[in-house]
Amino acid sequence: MDSQLSLIEQSFNNRYSSWVRDALDDLPDNFTITDPSISGHPIVFASRGFLKMSGYSREEVIGRNGRFFQGPRTNRRSVMEIREAIRQERAIEVPIVSKKHRRNNGVSFSEDGEPGGLREIVFGSCRREVCSDSLLDLDRVLALDSDSRGLEIQDSCEASDLEKHRAATAIDNVLSVLINYSESTGRSVCGKRCNLPRMINISSSLHISLGRIKQSFVLTDPHLPDMPIVYASDAFLKMTGYDRHEVLGHNCSFLNGLDTDTATLNQIEESIRTERACTVRILNYRKDNSSFWNFLHISPVRNASGKIAYFVSVQIDEGSKNQDRHGLSPEMRQLSAVGTIKVAVRSLSMSAGTSKS
Amino acid sequence: MLRIKRVPTIVSNYQKDEAEEGAPRGGGCGRNCLNNCCIQGAKLPLYAFKKVNQTETEKGLLGHETKELPVEFLDSLLLGEWEDRAQRGLFRYDVTACETKVIPGEYGFVAQLNEGRHLKKRPTEFRVDKVLQPFDGSKFNFTKVGQEEVLFQFEASEDGEVQFLPNAPVSVENAPSVVAINVSPIEYGHVLLIPRIFECLPQRIDHESLLLALHMAVEAGNPYFRLGYNSLGAFATINHLHFQAYYLAVPFPIEKAPTEKITTSAGGVKISDLLNYPVRGLVFEGGNALQDLSNTVSDACICLQDNNIPYNVLISDCGKRVFLLPQCYAEKQALGEVSSELLDTQVNPAVWEISGHMVLKRKKDYEEASEENAWRLLAVVSLSEERFQEVKALIFEAIVCACNANEDIAERPHEEADDKPQSREKVDAVNKSTCPAMVSGTKECLVLHLAFETQSETTIKRAYNYKLSQSLFVGNEERSAPSDAMDIVCDPEWQIDECYDDKNTPCWESLPF
Repeated sequence: MDSQLSLIEQSFNNRYSSWVRDALDDLPDNFTITDPSISGHPIVFASRGFLKMSGYSREEVIGRNGRFFQGPRTNRRSVMEIREAIRQERAIEVPIVSKKHRRNNGVSFSEDGEPGGLREIVFGSCRREVCSDSLLDLDRVLALDSDSRGLEIQDSCEASDLEKHRAATAIDNVLSVLINYSESTGRSVCGKRCNLPRMINISSSLHISLGRIKQSFVLTDPHLPDMPIVYASDAFLKMTGYDRHEVLGHNCSFLNGLDTDTATLNQIEESIRTERACTVRILNYRKDNSSFWNFLHISPVRNASGKIAYFVSVQIDEGSKNQDRHGLSPEMRQLSAVGTIKVAVRSLSMSAGTSKS
Repeated sequence: MLRIKRVPTIVSNYQKDEAEEGAPRGGGCGRNCLNNCCIQGAKLPLYAFKKVNQTETEKGLLGHETKELPVEFLDSLLLGEWEDRAQRGLFRYDVTACETKVIPGEYGFVAQLNEGRHLKKRPTEFRVDKVLQPFDGSKFNFTKVGQEEVLFQFEASEDGEVQFLPNAPVSVENAPSVVAINVSPIEYGHVLLIPRIFECLPQRIDHESLLLALHMAVEAGNPYFRLGYNSLGAFATINHLHFQAYYLAVPFPIEKAPTEKITTSAGGVKISDLLNYPVRGLVFEGGNALQDLSNTVSDACICLQDNNIPYNVLISDCGKRVFLLPQCYAEKQALGEVSSELLDTQVNPAVWEISGHMVLKRKKDYEEASEENAWRLLAVVSLSEERFQEVKALIFEAIVCACNANEDIAERPHEEADDKPQSREKVDAVNKSTCPAMVSGTKECLVLHLAFETQSETTIKRAYNYKLSQSLFVGNEERSAPSDAMDIVCDPEWQIDECYDDKNTPCWESLPF
């Protein structure tokens, strides 16, 4: 949890100068900002207005996924619409009934509310979510990151023109603050990003899907020269000791070292050439040069056209091989990661609207 | 009586040999199947879910500290086991190598080109004239699949806690439900949920089985993992109770359609009309507990099947929404109201197609796929407004009756469990007794649609639009009408190859084309 909070901290600090939070807090609107590049697509900022409206404290909200606010009366179709808009990286406006949190209030409700009471409260509180399209574009133009940000503007129930206008203004305000405060750090962020090949661009929707997978894995793109890593999971970075920017854009060969068996490497090469899955046990090296036995599974991953888009490599450090608490074997978890990735890549490359090659 | 020979789409690798062998096997058939011959000492993973009411499982609620939920456990298990079978080469093709796309338009229908699904196979005799038919142990059923095709056992936990055993003995006495692969997947993770497999239940919804299917959706916890059900007559395949499920991480058009609330049931289940969608249907949501949702939906399903109305069910959004779609494609076909253009596409409007996921067999159709075409096909599937209102009235009556007789519900599954292999007469008797108030003029959807393959596998010529005679539409009493045995064509799992009359002679030539 702490590591996630620090990730969230980073997500902000890397891109914006230090006063950005205060500036955002000065805005009167109710909104949250989420970061799809972090596992679980958490809220990274919540405005004062939002906290006041929802009744939660900042600590309770930061790090949560937006679905946290859904309750039994939340319209399922609206939830689906939001999910799809985020997937397609486009703006959306929907009225949505959210769960409200009450405390220190004459009426006593427990944290998650008894069903009856909850319903009553929720009734009055509606929320409109807006994922900003323009912000996405800005992120790219400024080369801040390959990610995008969703914004949620809180508003009252019926979406009148006036309210729509207010929401739009609010979005503009938030955007201009973000732009403003990113410009000052813009150079350094740009400098870092420019080291990466331009082609490495995984859509944020794919980021969200991949971010849910806890295993150590990387995606490599066989269509780029030297088959570089285009996505590395948090667990991979933790296992190998590298930073994300040190591995993205590089071929996996940096994991190999003096005692890595070349026959095994040939076997991997062969399976990639013949576009087949393979499982090997290979001696790999961490950043600190310590070695570990990697129980490695590699499999081609196809896109919606049925063509190979990536190869996925899922690693298991044999030294720390243990059953998870439910009892799925590491091998099974490895395969389930492959399955999840196959579903995500295939499905997310289906619609023309997605920013995926 | 007319009989029809159809080519089954292979759902199990052990189905292929059926036609060749025919004879029942016994005494250790050597295939490691699920029958008595091989089941002794068999072990399969077992996943036991916690039976809780739905509000408690709401993933977003505070009660569970689930904010950092990784991929859900059942989800991981299913995907992992499925990928394992894929890498062991158990599937007939790699479905991820089949081209697929979202068709541009407001609804986003999904098309897939799948040329390999229907290989030339020897036709098997099949007879469908009613939504409810007794189980026939001599036909292919899921006890004949290989154990390697079964991914895991799925059941409610005894002690109320989630449990996973990687190697649990399969005990026939415990009436396990299992999840098996479909070796002709239409998307990644395509599986079959077979409730109480050893009880050999016919394709017929009961309260317990629907609740099990809902639990599976809840447990998977993935909005893109949906379960579907086809009744006989609505493109069901094998008359052995099963639900289908697979992953497709895009919204289905049916999920995007607006709805209009009709009422809320006593159990808190919101029932709505599906609006602006080519197929008329009902949407069930909410409920004070999962059990309420399950009961209401199964009451509706039971009403439909008892009234011989074919239907499809889609369980979506992690078990939070259920779509119920009575259909009459067959009837339309019988009346010659389906254009040859539509029939030529060989799209069979089963639950997935109705939900907006079209599996197309010809490249031409795939390339020309448009929202308009999809809409046109599905519009034919739908009941007319008038008929839909009638059917709705039936459903609401059934739901209200069931609520009044609430105590009975708990008893009912057992009653249903009893009627596994039984004579047809008995089923008829049951039908008559459970739904004496058959609506007059209820139409039985009967149709004949012939498909015969020529030398070239891809060219399938079909004769259709056989206008059945007046004897078509009958109440229960006249079920022995000569047109009785006619059935629908080319559903996703079956193709008709030949048609035989009483004397066992091919008879398509005699049909008015």
